[in-house]
Amino acid sequence: MGMFILKRSGVMILTALALTVAVFFLTNLQPNLEKIAKFEGNARMTDDEVTSWLAKRGYAQPMMKRYGEWLGVSKGWTYTDDAGKVSGRCIAHGQPAEEAPARCGILQGDWGSSSVFKADVTDIVAKRLALTGKLMFWVMVLMIPSALVVGVLAGMKEGSKTDRTLSSFSILTTATPEYVSGVIFIALLASSKNGLSPLLYEWGLIEGKSLFKGTATSAMENANFNNFFLPVLTIALYGMGYIARMTRASMAEVMTAQYIRTARLKGVKFSDIVLKHALRNALIAPFTVIMLQIPWLLNGVVIVETLFNYKGFGWSLVQAASNNDIELLLGISVVSVVVVLATQLISDIGYVYLNPRIRIS
Amino acid sequence: MEPLGTFEIIGRILYQFTSVWLALVILFAASIAFKRRLGLYGKLFDSPIGMIGFALVMFWIFTGVFGQMDLIVTHDSLTQISGMKNKVPGTALRGVGEDVYPWYLMGGDNLARDVFSRMVEGAWVVVQIAPLATLFAFMVGITLGLPAGYFGGRLDTGISFLANLILAFPVILLFYLLVTPEIVATGVPNFMATVLFIFPIVFTGVLINSRYHTQPGFRTPLMIGVLGVMFWIYLSMISTNGYLVNNEDFAIPALPKILDLFDVSGGILVVFVSVVFVNSPTVFRIVRGLAMDIKTRDYVAAAQTRGEGAWYIMLWEILPNARGPLIVDFCLRIGYTTILLGTLGFFGLGLPPESPDWGSTINEGRRLLSIYLHPALPPALALLSLVLGLNLLADGLREESLKD
Repeated sequence: MGMFILKRSGVMILTALALTVAVFFLTNLQPNLEKIAKFEGNARMTDDEVTSWLAKRGYAQPMMKRYGEWLGVSKGWTYTDDAGKVSGRCIAHGQPAEEAPARCGILQGDWGSSSVFKADVTDIVAKRLALTGKLMFWVMVLMIPSALVVGVLAGMKEGSKTDRTLSSFSILTTATPEYVSGVIFIALLASSKNGLSPLLYEWGLIEGKSLFKGTATSAMENANFNNFFLPVLTIALYGMGYIARMTRASMAEVMTAQYIRTARLKGVKFSDIVLKHALRNALIAPFTVIMLQIPWLLNGVVIVETLFNYKGFGWSLVQAASNNDIELLLGISVVSVVVVLATQLISDIGYVYLNPRIRIS
Repeated sequence: MEPLGTFEIIGRILYQFTSVWLALVILFAASIAFKRRLGLYGKLFDSPIGMIGFALVMFWIFTGVFGQMDLIVTHDSLTQISGMKNKVPGTALRGVGEDVYPWYLMGGDNLARDVFSRMVEGAWVVVQIAPLATLFAFMVGITLGLPAGYFGGRLDTGISFLANLILAFPVILLFYLLVTPEIVATGVPNFMATVLFIFPIVFTGVLINSRYHTQPGFRTPLMIGVLGVMFWIYLSMISTNGYLVNNEDFAIPALPKILDLFDVSGGILVVFVSVVFVNSPTVFRIVRGLAMDIKTRDYVAAAQTRGEGAWYIMLWEILPNARGPLIVDFCLRIGYTTILLGTLGFFGLGLPPESPDWGSTINEGRRLLSIYLHPALPPALALLSLVLGLNLLADGLREESLKD
């Protein structure tokens, strides 16, 4: 097991390296650098001014050298201007050049700073990740139990009316991407002019003008049912259908197993068969699916955070990507790779532990 | 003109779709009449779920095609008519000539364009891109997945690592990195198109060669003919105005303009490439898994004993026996591709901003969502129903193919 984890961690580091090289390459192409120069400097710079602006900030070096600087394996760039003043990657503002460290990259714990948010990448990622973590936690709380219940109920008696209804429901949710369901929810539940809210307001059932809030910006500090339920529901619904269908398939398969038939012939109550005999075996497959679903949810998070203006990890991804914020994008990619591969690892290990057949062999 | 009431609106919308209804009725009548002779496609008409799914999918395909032939749309999707900004469904136009359709059936959007016509035109964008992009992704996935699963070893490790690398990328970040104008200007998407679009040619070449390599007299002319045509189409696809890439710094010439069969507009090519790129690794994983499973069967061992070549076994023994799951996944994946196209539109990437595709219209409509519902809801429901149809179709196909 130790060897297995070690090997997977090696693959993870290799993947992260390859991925950051790709991101670094794409964000550092010449047109992108010119865009940064014009965005941060002056929009009306001439080509020569752009070149010198880039040279002063170390952008003119070869790309792999600069990737090495970001990584912390090669020395940070320095630039001496006409007045003899030295500036450089590792030289903080106002710090004498001699005292600055030679290398400052992620190996030294320095993730660089974001050009859009004007702050350290570490701080931004930590803060935004915490906000997204809150969102994801509630998504999980809503999604997993309901998906498992729907799946188990549907798979209990394959082909029954309950099965047909619940299966159609799960197909419907998998067919509704977040930007569609989110729009429909906002239209029906969060608008003070249309949908359900005016009706409920007229009947005196709700106090505010609308049932839910169409934005979740206020949920960043103070999340409550009113401003947080719609984004959570939107993400949970899309992921739910898939897990429910997996649970249903696995449950239906278990229900045809020999030992279930034996239990039935012995006259065990149907509810006992489901709860005590079938459920434990049926839940092995959904566990791996749930873990593998997390990277998928990350995608939904980006859409939902943009739609509901919830300023978490996904929202900062969009901000960083649309403004070509190189170091923030690199930080975000590293975090997402770690999340994706760590969930894969957990799902593999968990599968081994949950499934005695594999554990023993 | 008086504004229309609810029933009148519905009636007139249904009437606009007349050509689609007719086509659907003819298709279904013909298919049901001959369903015993149509193989898996005919069996689809035994399952109600499959039939509903197929009807939804065909509805949007016909809508896309007929919409392009001007049979459904009431107005041009880009024309703005003054006084129609954000007007509710059924509002009558004022001060227009006799030959203009006198109502906005689903209202006007915030630039005073007809929501109904834009929704219909949006179907064409999807019908144009989604199936073809999925097909290309399958070609890439199959061409790489079969050898990876069949040979295993280093080859498998290498390609799998690359596939996992792409899968570990957050899709939206990838889109942002590939589709922004600055990247498009450097020609990165064109290079990717050059690589990705060659896979169908490789696939067909290997397919023909492995089957007919014992009859060179038949194979060689066939190969030259088929691959020649495909290569021409390939070159036409990747070259625009005689160049592969043409920007300020450098230009790579490709097919001369006279020989260029058709031009794929820049936006569509970029979107196409990124969607193929995102879908291929998943197809690769599925094909690889199937190949690993099927290569242990007896008929593969029999073919190996007969001395058949590796590619013959992969393409003519393993692939046909993997078709069931692949067809089902193909339907699901078209749906997923549609969702991805919508995502691109939702973030305003790739397609031009005035494009009537569903993702862009949803994105435009959501800004005023709490006041005006009608610009955002039709494209949202259209996308939902198409993807739902594809999912139901896949479900019906899976059920029917398992019955064999």
